[in-house]
Amino acid sequence: MNNIKTSSAIRRRYRADGRFKVYCLAAVLFALLFLVFFFSDLMTRGWPALLQAEVQADIHYSEVVAEGRYRKAIDKSLRPLVSRGWLRTLPLYLEDHPQKMGSREELWVIASSAVDQYLKGHSSKLKLRHRKLVDKLKSEGRIKLAFNTGLFTRGDSKMPEIAGIRSAVVGTLYVLFLTMIFALPTGIMTAIYLEEFAPDNRFIRLIELNINNLAAIPSIMFGLLGLAIFINFFGVPRSSALAGGLTLALMTLPVVVISARAALKAIPDSIREGALGVGASPWQSIWHHVLPLAMPGIMTGSIIGLAQAMGETAPLIIVGMIAYIPDSPDGILDAATVLPAQIYTWAGEPMRAYAERTAAGILVLLAVLLSMNALAIGLRRHFERRW
Amino acid sequence: MNEASSAEPVSSADAMIGIDGLRLWYGDHEVLHGVSLGIRERHVTAFIGPSGCGKSTLLRCVNRMNDRIQGCRLEGSVMLDGTDIYAPDVDVVQLRTRVGMVFQKPNPFPKTIYENIAYAPRIHGIARNGVAMDELVENCLHRAGLWEEVKDKLQQPGTALSGGQQQRLCIARTIAVRPEVILMDEPCSALDPIATAKIEELIDELKNEFTIVIVTHNMQQAARVSDYTAFFYLGDLIEYADTSTIFTAPNKTQTEDYITGRFG
Ligand SMILES: Nc1ncnc2c1ncn2[C@@H]1O[C@H](COP(=O)(O)OP(=O)(O)OP(=O)(O)O)[C@@H](O)[C@H]1O
Ligand SMILES: [Mg+2]
Repeated sequence: MNNIKTSSAIRRRYRADGRFKVYCLAAVLFALLFLVFFFSDLMTRGWPALLQAEVQADIHYSEVVAEGRYRKAIDKSLRPLVSRGWLRTLPLYLEDHPQKMGSREELWVIASSAVDQYLKGHSSKLKLRHRKLVDKLKSEGRIKLAFNTGLFTRGDSKMPEIAGIRSAVVGTLYVLFLTMIFALPTGIMTAIYLEEFAPDNRFIRLIELNINNLAAIPSIMFGLLGLAIFINFFGVPRSSALAGGLTLALMTLPVVVISARAALKAIPDSIREGALGVGASPWQSIWHHVLPLAMPGIMTGSIIGLAQAMGETAPLIIVGMIAYIPDSPDGILDAATVLPAQIYTWAGEPMRAYAERTAAGILVLLAVLLSMNALAIGLRRHFERRW
Repeated sequence: MNEASSAEPVSSADAMIGIDGLRLWYGDHEVLHGVSLGIRERHVTAFIGPSGCGKSTLLRCVNRMNDRIQGCRLEGSVMLDGTDIYAPDVDVVQLRTRVGMVFQKPNPFPKTIYENIAYAPRIHGIARNGVAMDELVENCLHRAGLWEEVKDKLQQPGTALSGGQQQRLCIARTIAVRPEVILMDEPCSALDPIATAKIEELIDELKNEFTIVIVTHNMQQAARVSDYTAFFYLGDLIEYADTSTIFTAPNKTQTEDYITGRFG
């Protein structure tokens, strides 16, 4: 006999429901905790890299400096505090600005990483007397922590205080652009063919199966493939953005194909029949009606694919994009490096100042990735429609 | 040939569309077992019959919409004004401009009302943008009895209209191509009685200009709008005659059972 009053069996069921809810909530909290830990750790590590110690110094552009004895440009007492890497750029600077020859100039110059670390309160190998000097200069306001613009305007360097992410960012842009122009058209066309035109036979099914499997292949394999095909066979220069872009395009292609197919599949057949019914050709029905409707979905998937490619390191290491590249590439055939690879290189450096920059690099990468994903979500929201 | 269909209500001289011995398979499944009938120009012909008997399939043979379906194959012929539309030199796209189609579920393009009408004339070069196109759009909407309702919101999306309005928009879109034949597959099945009445009125008007073939499950509708009615059962044409004959004095007991609601 059914009874609508609560029985013990029903109460047991409610308790089970309640427990299940608690487990789920715990799982979410656990994941959230990890995320919070990860971000706060990165923030605290990466934050200091946004600041850089600078010293006010009197620069003397003399003949000696132009001849290469750049340390002579500043007063002997300040020399141990100033970045050698920065001083080293002076002869070149004088070559470009000969009118400065013989003049003097009061400048805020980049301090050495030892000074930087000392000022930030980290352990530093700065000598005691230099520490005293720094303390004195600080009280006089002639040494300070300023915003580290160099992090964004300079390329990699063997000296952490003048190492920046610029060449990596430029490299990333090149690579991403190439990935996009190779992977998107090819992927979308492939999807259109498979979804709209391909007959349903064994050959096509084999292709579909392969594309789906391709998306699951470890990314390093694409690096090996890129090395074998693009570099060894077609002779694309090693380490170049072209090699990296092509390799990542291979990797992104299946993602684009799969998401574009899903987007096309989501367009109801009535749209196609409506267009065909008024005498549009199959191509017109796709180009004028189906594709515009599918585009937001396709873009969403593609952006996520590109974001994935952007964070990829393994295949790029294989095609040589992990090299020490201090200068931004000037073209797609120049040696280039990318942000994740730069992060990887810096992470391997023992100096504390590099650790800071590693975290800062990760923050930049994350910010870009998050904004790409936000863009994808925004696109999806904006174009959501009913039919 | 099927014995029942030999009682031709439309002589082949009068027929605009001549279907002869049409057999059709989806894969191994034979759906039409040799259907023959003639459809008369500027008249309304209704296809009735229980669900799954092949009405839609037959209708879609007339503008070759079935070409899209994998594994669909047919035998026999469908003639439009004396040309076999399945002949190899027939251009399907061209054919569909002569044989328009209105679907069961209203399917306006998710574009503006104006653009819904203007799209086809533009791709066929019937009218360029500008005054000529404006006139064409207005004219088609008038003829579809929709103008008064939408004249102030031509730039609004067609999908924002009511179901009945959407269906009339689809009819307007179809006549904008100036077809000779309009195929309608249960055009009112998604509509309420008032919207249905409007469409039926419209069909009555349109038959002065177009040859109309309509599939319907609604016996009253078939009786109201059509001049000829064909009754199908399990892929066979059972009876084809004047609508009044079918509904008042059917030859076959199957037909009678169906229209009186005793089965199907
Ligand atoms: N795309 C298809 N692939 C395979 N079989 C199909 C396909 N479309 C229809 N059929 C089959 O063909 C037969 C006739 O279908 P059809 O849609 O023509 O029937 P109908 O008379 O229009 O039915 P309804 O009144 O329900 O619309 C049915 O048995 C159906 O299962
Ligand atoms: Mg049907």
